[in-house]
Amino acid sequence: MIHFLVHEKDDGVGVVVVEGCKVGQKAVGWIMEPDSTVNVALKSDIPIGHKVALKDFKVGDTVIKYGVDIGKVVAPIKKGEHLHVHNVKTKRW
Amino acid sequence: MVNKKTKFWGYRRANGRVGVRNHVIILPVDDLSNAAAQAVANNITGTMAIPHPYGRLQFGADLDLHFATLIGTGSNPNVAAVVVIGIESQWTKKIVDAIAVTGKPVVGFGIEGHGDHQTIMHASAAAKKFLQDASEIHRVECPISELWISTKCGESDTTSGCGANPTVGNAFDKLYPLKTTLLFGETSEITGGEALLEARCRSPKVWKDFMFMFDRYQAMIERHKTSDLSDSQPTKGNIAGGLTTIEEKALGNIQKIGRKCKIDGVLDKAEVPTSPGLWFMDSSSAAAEMVTLCAASGFVVHFFPTGQGNVIGNPILPVIKVCANPKTVRLMSEHVDVDTSGLLRREMTMDDAGDALLDNMMRTINGRLTSAEALGHREFVLTRLYESA
Repeated sequence: MIHFLVHEKDDGVGVVVVEGCKVGQKAVGWIMEPDSTVNVALKSDIPIGHKVALKDFKVGDTVIKYGVDIGKVVAPIKKGEHLHVHNVKTKRW
Repeated sequence: MVNKKTKFWGYRRANGRVGVRNHVIILPVDDLSNAAAQAVANNITGTMAIPHPYGRLQFGADLDLHFATLIGTGSNPNVAAVVVIGIESQWTKKIVDAIAVTGKPVVGFGIEGHGDHQTIMHASAAAKKFLQDASEIHRVECPISELWISTKCGESDTTSGCGANPTVGNAFDKLYPLKTTLLFGETSEITGGEALLEARCRSPKVWKDFMFMFDRYQAMIERHKTSDLSDSQPTKGNIAGGLTTIEEKALGNIQKIGRKCKIDGVLDKAEVPTSPGLWFMDSSSAAAEMVTLCAASGFVVHFFPTGQGNVIGNPILPVIKVCANPKTVRLMSEHVDVDTSGLLRREMTMDDAGDALLDNMMRTINGRLTSAEALGHREFVLTRLYESA
């Protein structure tokens, strides 16, 4: 069973694709390209559809998803934590 | 499996275009004519009024778009015949004359000098005849190359980018070599993914045309914005579903054009494509505005991937909903036509998902009602460019 999905192998985030992912859980991720798996211990409860950090980020870092820049880090994020609007913002507008 | 020998049962119109529905519509020119249009549709069961809130004192490009959208709606091959009702006769005639170019039955009525009662009586008589005549038009076998398919996603979440949108992309990659006419848009939702689109443009000219539309839209946002748009774009629903930034949303959006097909041309809002291929149309990312423009551009069926569960339909176009979010599929099943949540569990391949959508598309264009049609969703929303004079 997989808990989260990663678009490309160098992405810094995975998307949780099952309901009920809890802090402390060992989550299994499917990297779609190339086809492989990765494990992460969750440091936050993460709702379905929300993202888990796959590495530590510091303020000012760029987050990569689909192999492309999706925004800048505005609060430190640890691997396994919930990555969303509270710690990442757009670089546009 | 859809291939170049695939045929479907459609309604061939006088101008040669093929529709998949046979609507007789009562089209108001302006807000003031909604009551009469709805009264006619009530009198003549089986016709459909398309009320909307605009059409008075518009001017310039905004007025041009109003006319183009109403004329395109009436001219859409899913429409068999049109009764146009306006408060005054000049703008009414302008719309009637333009729809008449398609060769389909169309007649207009101005309310001023007659009142609602007289107008409703005469318009109802015309609508009755149009409806009876339309009921004798039969579906004929048509090659798949005559199908025009548009796409736009809504209430997206991260599952849209992993599941529902690439399902549409897979279907588009299969439809493109069959010489169909395909459309995507949502100009603001390319923000952050422009480079990916450049690689997909057929020629440098197409890229230049795209960037003209993109820069024009960005300039509009810059002119009016009061924040980083994080209260509107991504929407609250997008954010609840896990999307964090416009860039992330855009990269999911772009999955809808697949991996192989090339962008052959760029259209302004409600502009009609001139050849088969994949077209980008400058358009709002608000669901009903965009789908209304797709219908006005002549598209006859629509792929609508959703994550959190947008419930939109359209009066003219059958809107096929695709969803890969298992929670949404469970909680809002009555709105989902194609469930591709198996993609997220690795129980379904992208090829299977694309084929499931194409299978649903074939049934829909041959006459099966979509969920949105069965549920009575007929959102018709005109795009406004600025205030009325």
